[in-house]
Amino acid sequence: MPQIEIKSINAFYEKLHVLKNIKLSVSKGEIVSLIGPSGSGKSSLLKMLVGLLIPKSGKMYLNGNLVNFKNQSDLRTVREQIAIVFQQYNLFQNMNVLKNVCIAPTKIQKRNPKEVNEQAITLLEKVGLKDKLKSYPDELSGGQQQRVAIARALCLNPQILLLDEITSALDPELVKEVLDSIRLLASEGMTMLIVSHEMSFVKEVSSRVVFMDEGSIIEINNPKNIFEKPKEKRTLDFVSKILKEK
Amino acid sequence: MGYTLVYTQVLEFLPYLIKGAWISLQIAILAFFGGMFFGLILATIRTFGNNISNKIVICYVTFFTNTPQLVQIYFLFFALPEFGILLSPYIAVLLGMTLNAAAYLCEIQRAGFLSIRQNELDAAKTLNFSLVQQVKYVILPHIMRVLFPPLSNHYIIMTLGTSMAAIFGVEELTGRAFNINSETFRSVEIFSITALIYIVITFIATFLLAVIGRYFFKAKIRIIQ
Amino acid sequence: MERLIEEIPNFFTIWNVIFLAKAMGVTFLLTAIGCLVGFSVGGLLAIFRKTKSFYLLPLRIFIIIYTEIFRRVPFLVSLLLFFYVFQIIKISDDLFLIATITVCIIATAYIGEIIRSGIESINQTQWDAATAMNFTYYQTLREVIFPQAWKVILPPAFGFFIMFIKDTALASQIGVMELTFAAKILNNKGFSPLLSFGTILILYFILSFPLDRFGKYMEKKLASNRN
Ligand SMILES: Nc1ncnc2c1ncn2[C@@H]1O[C@H](COP(=O)(O)OP(=O)(O)O)[C@@H](O)[C@H]1O
Ligand SMILES: [Mg+2]
Repeated sequence: MPQIEIKSINAFYEKLHVLKNIKLSVSKGEIVSLIGPSGSGKSSLLKMLVGLLIPKSGKMYLNGNLVNFKNQSDLRTVREQIAIVFQQYNLFQNMNVLKNVCIAPTKIQKRNPKEVNEQAITLLEKVGLKDKLKSYPDELSGGQQQRVAIARALCLNPQILLLDEITSALDPELVKEVLDSIRLLASEGMTMLIVSHEMSFVKEVSSRVVFMDEGSIIEINNPKNIFEKPKEKRTLDFVSKILKEK
Repeated sequence: MGYTLVYTQVLEFLPYLIKGAWISLQIAILAFFGGMFFGLILATIRTFGNNISNKIVICYVTFFTNTPQLVQIYFLFFALPEFGILLSPYIAVLLGMTLNAAAYLCEIQRAGFLSIRQNELDAAKTLNFSLVQQVKYVILPHIMRVLFPPLSNHYIIMTLGTSMAAIFGVEELTGRAFNINSETFRSVEIFSITALIYIVITFIATFLLAVIGRYFFKAKIRIIQ
Repeated sequence: MERLIEEIPNFFTIWNVIFLAKAMGVTFLLTAIGCLVGFSVGGLLAIFRKTKSFYLLPLRIFIIIYTEIFRRVPFLVSLLLFFYVFQIIKISDDLFLIATITVCIIATAYIGEIIRSGIESINQTQWDAATAMNFTYYQTLREVIFPQAWKVILPPAFGFFIMFIKDTALASQIGVMELTFAAKILNNKGFSPLLSFGTILILYFILSFPLDRFGKYMEKKLASNRN
């Protein structure tokens, strides 16, 4: 049984048809990468998975259970299991780094504050932000904010992690660190959906790659094939364009 | 005590009230444009003037924005005659509202001036625009876009402010409501109808301003907040 | 001018000074109560206005109509309307109470709008993050939105306080013994209008100016903090 399964999802921003007939299933422990030109709906797909974008039609199953997007308690269950790292990080501007990481586990999940605090500090240490615990988001660089966002998502102890444009704001030397932690998470059985344009990264970590364009999934393939011999012409165009930019 | 609201009698006065609304509109428009003009002069002095003229403008603005318009008009109406200056109620109200508006509109327009400096001037320079072109294509559109919403807002506030004229006996909308009130004693009916007319005329004004703002200046104004 | 100088010692008698001080107190009290109530009730209106629940739709519509109405009727007209309504329903003929209620109702409409646009000024990203972590609407407001929005809310709120100090002058029209009414009484007693109205202009200024300065100071400070 796949951990997440979505069937014929259609979603709109007012009139804009942003997700068109999306079908995808992801098994436990899998790392699926999403690639595609900007504006193709990758972020929207991730947002839809945590119920920030409510689909107009289609079905989503989480661990085999149908998710009713109109039911708040269903959405709460979804969000308890899926954590997201936003493309813009979306850190709370009024809280320092530590508070950003701790607030949801303590106030929402009602876990023991001391325990949460310890976990948060460990996580922040892991992403190299031990000396920034008391800093505010607007005092941090993009890469630092993104790492806080990753720590914040992990501190929720999710089963599934969604990472949007994960490597774009990171300094090259950090890419490796983040990559390592993602690999570690994967070995611990965490399911991940990753939006990234870092081809070597995608190739290395993902079990499958999804190519999206204009709101539709064009191709799903293994990482080797999608870069070397894609089935679709649009995939080829996109991939060769990206490789050329390198 | 039973009191039943009876609107029939008051509704007969509707045309009379609506004519009063025209006078309110007249006062609002005159005072607004008078205030715009005078405020523009003040804002110009404030932006380009020397230290002393600057201070004078600041004092003017501070005084007028920190004291009630009603009392300012009382002052004009009752105190100026001591210096031999007699103003009719209409003129006293108009003058008071204009002086008051000038203070606010000076501040609003100045903020518009200041917003231009940092903004798009550099872009225009790099495009090799002449000064006239800069003003026409960059500065004016920018200023209007920035200024239009707060100016519209202030115009609505001024429209409401014209009701003060009634206190001095000007027969605009509220003044006429006073007149009918002393004739019929249907106070609640009269003042609720008057309130409704104010709601309607300010809605129309907001609507027109929103349309104008959007069409000509690309300024976004919401009709319902 | 000479007459004026002659009049000054007669004007500033201990009685007149106490009289004016009391009137100033009434002006201040009217404004303060109005703003306190306006802030609390207006805050609630803003909070409910942004809810999404279908069942609260009637409440949202009511709030929109309420705020639109009272921001589009002149203070003077609202005041007279309430004055006469109170005469009919005969709950109270305390003029100060009637004026206070009117002030509160109008302040609620205006401050509610200020708070609502403060809430709206906060980036959607903050809502998204909170929602994705299962914050409820009220938790998001308390933990995330208001701690950021107050900086946007306070400066215009101060502008509004000042506007209200000045607008309470209209309460003189129904006979509330505040500053403007006091000046009219002194004027009727035979003191020159220059002196009576001139004095209260200064008293209004004394009430309003510190708030004005403080509001502007805060606006500057908060604006520079944000960068
Ligand atoms: N909140 C929103 N409201 C309206 N349109 C949006 C919103 N977010 C994204 N879009 C539009 O939806 C499309 C897909 O956006 P997005 O999912 O962010 O793409 P990607 O992440 O692949 O770059 C784009 O055309 C974008 O402009
Ligand atoms: Mg994106």
